[in-house]
Amino acid sequence: MDSDNDNDFMDNVDSGNVSSGDDGDDDFAMEVDMPSTTERTQETDDYQYKVLTTDEIVQHQREIIDEVNRVLKLYTPKTRILLNHFKWDKEKLLEKYFDGSDDNTEEFFKSAHVINPFNKPTEAVQLKTTRSQCEECEICFSVLPPDAMTGLECGHRFCLNCWREYLTTKIVTECLGQTISCAAHGCDILVDDVTVTKLVQDLRVKVKYQQLITNSFVECNQLLRWCPSVDCTYAVKVPYAESRRVHCKCGHVFCFACGENWHDPVQCRWLKKWIKKCDDDSETSNWIAANTKECPRCSVTIEKDGGCNHMVCKNQNCKHDFCWVCLGSWEPHGSSWYNCNRYDEDEAKAARDAQEKLRSSLARYLHYYNRYMNHMQSMKFENKLYASVKQKMEEMQQHNMSWIEVQFLKKAVDILCQCRQTLMYTYVFAYYLKKNNQSMIFEDNQKDLESATEKLSEYLERDITSENLADIKQKVQDKYRYCEKRCTVLLNHVHEGYEKDWWDYTE
Amino acid sequence: MTAPRRLRKELVDLQESSLKSFRDIKADDDNLLRWTGLIVPDNPPYNKGAFRIEINFPAEYPFKPPKISFKTKIYHPNIDEKGQVCLPIISTENWKPATRTDQVVQALIALINDPEPEHPLRAELAEEFLKDKKKFVKNAEDYTRKHSEKRPAD
Repeated sequence: MDSDNDNDFMDNVDSGNVSSGDDGDDDFAMEVDMPSTTERTQETDDYQYKVLTTDEIVQHQREIIDEVNRVLKLYTPKTRILLNHFKWDKEKLLEKYFDGSDDNTEEFFKSAHVINPFNKPTEAVQLKTTRSQCEECEICFSVLPPDAMTGLECGHRFCLNCWREYLTTKIVTECLGQTISCAAHGCDILVDDVTVTKLVQDLRVKVKYQQLITNSFVECNQLLRWCPSVDCTYAVKVPYAESRRVHCKCGHVFCFACGENWHDPVQCRWLKKWIKKCDDDSETSNWIAANTKECPRCSVTIEKDGGCNHMVCKNQNCKHDFCWVCLGSWEPHGSSWYNCNRYDEDEAKAARDAQEKLRSSLARYLHYYNRYMNHMQSMKFENKLYASVKQKMEEMQQHNMSWIEVQFLKKAVDILCQCRQTLMYTYVFAYYLKKNNQSMIFEDNQKDLESATEKLSEYLERDITSENLADIKQKVQDKYRYCEKRCTVLLNHVHEGYEKDWWDYTE
Repeated sequence: MTAPRRLRKELVDLQESSLKSFRDIKADDDNLLRWTGLIVPDNPPYNKGAFRIEINFPAEYPFKPPKISFKTKIYHPNIDEKGQVCLPIISTENWKPATRTDQVVQALIALINDPEPEHPLRAELAEEFLKDKKKFVKNAEDYTRKHSEKRPAD
């Protein structure tokens, strides 16, 4: 009840801001705002994800380290190395840490390539720290006073110049961040971030190092993902990792689990398979389908390279004479080949049946592929449509319509794109789907949504330029509401199928 | 530049240590970054000959690893026909600037004496080594006799 009241209250405030109490306008504002409000609350209510800037990622990283360190109470950079070792899964780290005996503690630090802080300093360290004479750097063989030398807890000390050079090489040419180890032969103790930033002086190298450790933080953290959009530097942080629609601040909408465009109703694994299939096959199979047929007798693949329809199979064992158009024997064509327009001719029909069988799997793929590509192509035209609609909206505002009254057009394009995207992925879903009663219901839903979407598209592309906007406003609004509803119905049906195990797959 | 000082010292140390299995160590007169030496293995089937190697140090040495190649042909699962050798200690990801050339050479000698057919560079030799050791030893001995250099007298 409470939240319902809140929504009503908000809507009233919204419309109140726009106009002063006119009833018609109030209703209109309700119509426009309602769906987007509910969509927004749905999105945030059950899946509270956040879009983080690079600074916020670094901040978030610090929070995790602090949180773990409240329990471990170790040197902070050491905790960072441990967390990185456990892929930033703090529960797993703590579980392993408190898992039993001293032997385990030793193993715990060893496997993370960190010196056990509860051990007494090794002899080497004691020896070197108490020594005040000059030491030899094992990298450059210079003999230097102790203050020109430094090292990690493992006790291997090198001069500052060599450290700097070593770290710079690892960071710049090998792109290593958190996984740089001590420079000593056979030592796998990792260099912590504070040591790196202290030793490296070149600002560019420091920046690069920060990028590398931030990147590895995001990439190995199950609850974070970089926005896959080109040049976008945001990352999305989710409460738990699963296939969900996430909306980056840059505007890009994608699936958190796989990073592809949001692909409901098809699942990540099938989409991945599909994309691979398209990459592998599309060029070849498109060409084969467009340019070749199989000889109706021996099934060898034939490319037609001239205009004449009288084909003679080049297979030396076959040499079959046939017509390219109807695939029937050439003989009855005789002098007037137009006879092949006789559709029910037995021989041609038999030949076509055989051909059909051979091609059915390719044809099936192409059926889904073409529709998938078609929606993808149409979506690419959305920008053009947004532009023309924007122009129309401005035009309308000069003809006594208010700003809010013309917003329905933008909304219509939004829904059109959303429906196209859904439709596009329904073809991937359908390609891998085995026929059963539920799949037929799905196809009916798909058909319904597709025809409605095409009508909406037609209204927006053609009718708004010719008709008076006021006349078609109702028409467009009715249509987009219908589309939106059908889209929800289709998706809910597929989701229900996932829950109730309705779907059988072909592979 | 760290390379020249370190290389000079490493060269002198290696020459003075007078190893039995790695001798005749020289740097090019005009190029300290290119060394040659003679590997004298102890284990059959390679103990009937000696093998000339070349060590090439990058200008960034010791921050980047040296490269080793065989100048003498050798019948070995871990060394290919061009003389390239796959030695983990000098791979980019394992390389440590504090690793000295004598440690690298020791690792190389160990590999020559005891081939590692699990990580072969020549799969057919690795297979022969695992499946028909006798035949492998005979082939390697014949090959050593035919192609390798004479072992030093002492």
